[in-house]
Amino acid sequence: MNSATAASALDQPPMSEQQGGYNFGFLDEQTKRHIRRALLKAVAIPGYQVPFGSREMPLPYGWGTGGIQVTASIIGRDDVLKVIDQGSDGTVNAVNIRRFFARTTGVRTTTLTAQASIIQTRHRIPEKPLRDGQILVFQVPMPEPLFRLEPRRAQTIKLHALAEYGLMSVRLYEDIAQLGAIARTYDYPVQVNGRYLMSPSPIPKFDNPKLNMSPALQLFGAGREKRLYAVPPYTPVHSLAFEDHPFEVQRWEQACGLCGSADSFLDEVIVDDAGKRLFVCSDSDHCRERSLAGHQPAAGVQPDDAVTPPVEASA
Amino acid sequence: MNDDTLLSVRGVGKRFGARWACRDVSFDLHPGEVLAVVGESGSGKTTLLNLLALRLALDEGSVHYSPRPDGSSPGGLRDLASLSEARQRLLSRTEWGFVDQHPRDGLRMAVSAGANVAERLMLLGGEHYGRLRATARDWMSRVELAEDRIDDLPSRFSGGMQQRLQIARNLVTGPRLVFMDEPTSGLDVSVQARLLDLLRSLVDDLGLACIVVTHDLAVARLLAHRMLVMKDGAVVEAGLTDRVLDDPHHPYTQLLVSSVLMP
Repeated sequence: MNSATAASALDQPPMSEQQGGYNFGFLDEQTKRHIRRALLKAVAIPGYQVPFGSREMPLPYGWGTGGIQVTASIIGRDDVLKVIDQGSDGTVNAVNIRRFFARTTGVRTTTLTAQASIIQTRHRIPEKPLRDGQILVFQVPMPEPLFRLEPRRAQTIKLHALAEYGLMSVRLYEDIAQLGAIARTYDYPVQVNGRYLMSPSPIPKFDNPKLNMSPALQLFGAGREKRLYAVPPYTPVHSLAFEDHPFEVQRWEQACGLCGSADSFLDEVIVDDAGKRLFVCSDSDHCRERSLAGHQPAAGVQPDDAVTPPVEASA
Repeated sequence: MNDDTLLSVRGVGKRFGARWACRDVSFDLHPGEVLAVVGESGSGKTTLLNLLALRLALDEGSVHYSPRPDGSSPGGLRDLASLSEARQRLLSRTEWGFVDQHPRDGLRMAVSAGANVAERLMLLGGEHYGRLRATARDWMSRVELAEDRIDDLPSRFSGGMQQRLQIARNLVTGPRLVFMDEPTSGLDVSVQARLLDLLRSLVDDLGLACIVVTHDLAVARLLAHRMLVMKDGAVVEAGLTDRVLDDPHHPYTQLLVSSVLMP
């Protein structure tokens, strides 16, 4: 956010600065101002879902319209943008959104977490710890954590207002009673600043601890559901659990097959027609950086001789 | 209205459009007292119950309740309308219970029996799975449900078991006042008898005050100390149960009592 975007919304940028006939960042200045105002409210009340007038975007709902509107509203000419989808800079969604902003704003883009000032993300938080001044923008499909527990929207608003979150405990109880453990592995519910129950968007619960006391500003945009919410820097974020069934993150027996990392979130990839599997970091930038720094997979593990699955009788 | 009154109802009325569903109902209820509200269908019994339990808004009159004294607030009657919504909801979840006519309305059918019983505790901040479960087991056995069915869904229970589960779910926070809307009407006769036995012993053991809406005079005779007879939204007769049933004064009550079938 620099002075260019903070200027009066009524001042249209000169035609020469507009990119391909579009305003800077695609959205018109009034819309961006409206979204920034909603974001200020969201930051002031951590975890509270602020309604906003979500606009039609040139891509379908579910592809990140909420995150794109948030990014478009806060991006300035000095910003450096990184976009990830499932941790990777190279997937279709990430490439398209990055190119969208490169075309409509002309700002610099990067794949390096450390260099980015704004990181728009879907499904992951980067492995590299974020720092002061960075902004993480999440794409959110369903902002309401009580969705599927309480079908009435008016009722969920009341439950949030009165901080009555027993319903979520009932869900967690039921998981333990029926399955022996809390079965949520992504979109794991959190309570922000001891007050609002919040959906962290479909990030794996592996990333939940990174939400807690993060130095970066975390903004959440849900385009279809027309809601924004935020976790300001250094805000406590608590993952719900029972005292005798505490919150735990996923662990892998394997290390990354490319960089040997033993503490990052791993994707299981099938690498050939014989069904050979390889575990690799989901955060592609983290993996590449480690590889460039000379980290190797543990001795004996090579991408070429990845784990072979047990032979199954074929039909 | 004296010091140990639990619930004080004055001139309560509710209107749907131009029609008064019930009007000008007044009574006092004391701790441990069971009040039956009888009358034919459409007489405003359930509307009255919903008004008292804050499920409907009053159109006239007032309801005063005496919350359990605690450190922050002194005892004594408080106008329910003056309490904040958060306080009202807390009251209805800790000090009150509401047993619906159809267990499907009062239970969460998609979660297990144990979760149903423990829900109120979780709403109050219970965060220890083992303890929640132990409490749920205890309450299931107190309402004569097999403890090993704690993880079964309520939909796999019979009607009588569902009704008992609903009662356990309401009593788990140790309420002082329980509203019951036709608790036995959906059950067959032998199950009704067992449920009434259970209710009577629970009410005695826990010293519960109850308001039971029923069209069944036998239920009133068995459970209630006092009764109100309603017709067309108004109370036509009130008094001790035995007095009203043995010596009905109002013509409608006489008709009601004389129309009970004797086997």
